[in-house]
Amino acid sequence: MVKLVTAVVKPQMLDAVKEGLRAVGVQGLTVTEVRGYGRQGGHTETYRGAEYVVDLVPKLRIEVLCPSENVGRVMEAIRAAAHTGKIGDGKVWVVDVEQLMRVRTGELGAEAT
Amino acid sequence: MAVLSGGSAAFAQDASTTAEAVQTNLDNAFVLASAVLVIFMQAGFALVEAGLTRAKSVANIMMKNLMDFCAGAVAFFAVGYAIAFGAGNDYFGSSGWFLGDGAFQYGTLTVPVTFLFQVAFAATAATIVSGAMAERTKFKGYFIYSLVISALIYPVVVHWNWGGGWLANLATPFHDFAGSTMVHMTGGIAALMGAMVLGPRIGRYGPDGRPRAIPAHNIPFAVLGTFILLVGWYGFNPGSELAADGAIGGIAVTTTLAAASGAIAAMLTIWIKAGKPDVAMAANGMLAGLVGITAGTAAVSNVGALAIGTAAGVLVVASVLLFDRLHVDDPVGAISVHGVCGAFGTIAVGLFATEDTDFWSQGLLYGGGVGQLVSQVIGVVAVAVFVAVTAGLLFLAIKATVGLRVSEEEELAGLDVFEHGAPGYGPDVTPMVPAVPIAGAGTAPASGRL
Repeated sequence: MVKLVTAVVKPQMLDAVKEGLRAVGVQGLTVTEVRGYGRQGGHTETYRGAEYVVDLVPKLRIEVLCPSENVGRVMEAIRAAAHTGKIGDGKVWVVDVEQLMRVRTGELGAEAT
Repeated sequence: MAVLSGGSAAFAQDASTTAEAVQTNLDNAFVLASAVLVIFMQAGFALVEAGLTRAKSVANIMMKNLMDFCAGAVAFFAVGYAIAFGAGNDYFGSSGWFLGDGAFQYGTLTVPVTFLFQVAFAATAATIVSGAMAERTKFKGYFIYSLVISALIYPVVVHWNWGGGWLANLATPFHDFAGSTMVHMTGGIAALMGAMVLGPRIGRYGPDGRPRAIPAHNIPFAVLGTFILLVGWYGFNPGSELAADGAIGGIAVTTTLAAASGAIAAMLTIWIKAGKPDVAMAANGMLAGLVGITAGTAAVSNVGALAIGTAAGVLVVASVLLFDRLHVDDPVGAISVHGVCGAFGTIAVGLFATEDTDFWSQGLLYGGGVGQLVSQVIGVVAVAVFVAVTAGLLFLAIKATVGLRVSEEEELAGLDVFEHGAPGYGPDVTPMVPAVPIAGAGTAPASGRL
């Protein structure tokens, strides 16, 4: 059984998350630049003395495919690495993957992670 | 003189053995090099204005800067130089059209060197305006403005003073060494008129009327442009001595001190006001100090230069915030930097001039009375009113004929593709912005106004 672990984290935490995932044996991941907001709804900054609202805050989305028995360790590795305790640390969620295939070899399921 | 009739080669042969000939050649070489430095300021303006505005209209702002110089060069050659410096009356010169018979030459300088230095200044006045009108002006309308300011408005102002007109003939002559009023305030007031006739950019003010910042797209451009302007100012101010003599070093030092103190003062002012040392505002502060010292650069002491620069740095921040509140949207601060600090720097000569000379009288703070101060105020008010009326009418006439402001759809999409056919940054660099906005795909979505 394969799971897709998706995390949205602060961009500056990428290196720490990569290190953490490597330490628990994750061999591949995909990173996308995204923007969004959560409960806080963004924040305000000033430019030339006038305020502006940053309502879509830049984030990175990290996607990891792993066998279901590893999900707990992968989630904890991301949490530990991306955690600052401040608003905007992000989220991690997991969904079932119905099927997974490695393009080069045709391997299926957990073999392909 | 050989200079007027023959070429420079013949001139050099005639007289190369005398000390005067060496000095003459030195003067011409120095002022020509200064003119080139002033022309380099165009690159500084282009980068400052591009940096402080948004990526979606960056090609447009670059094009306006490119054409300000080109329109300025052609228009000033054809008619502007004759109106500014030709023989005429107190208000208007009228000889030397197309650099022909009667074209002006200053002192030991040749006609071409005098002209090149002055055309560089004309183009500077013209290009000040493009930033204040950024991101919402029709290019065609802007180009017409650019031709008219270099052909008519700026030359008339210059004739009043540098061309030997009525400001130069006051009992205590008006003194504007390198153009705080002539160049910078002229551009700044025209910028004010343009921004007022246009109205603010969509989204610049909230439904409650409070100003909302539209952040710069490239602060490195803005700071690099500011440094280029600083370097160019070493042509602008020392070059305005119009001779390679002992005064140019002191002028370069007052210029430096005002630039530095202006940036520091603006940084501290916005830091106290808004909580952070805003980079764009500090850059404005350096330019404010430079504009402020330009009138009195030869007349004030080093301490005076620090005082003028510091005051200009505080003033530019206060002015930017004030115009923001008045709903005059000036994306780059040109009105405050060039208009307000140009007026201030000119008036400051009447306060800070250290002694009486043939060209200026001692300022009030040094015990010289109010004579120079009054002349400075007269010059500032007269030029401000003249430029406000002429530039205001010009922009209203453009608005009523070819149109001054782009459509709402175009403004939201960015001017680059609509006005010029291609984006400033191609779709491979800015994939989120469609290279070609879909025509008729509806105007402003509600969210686009926020």
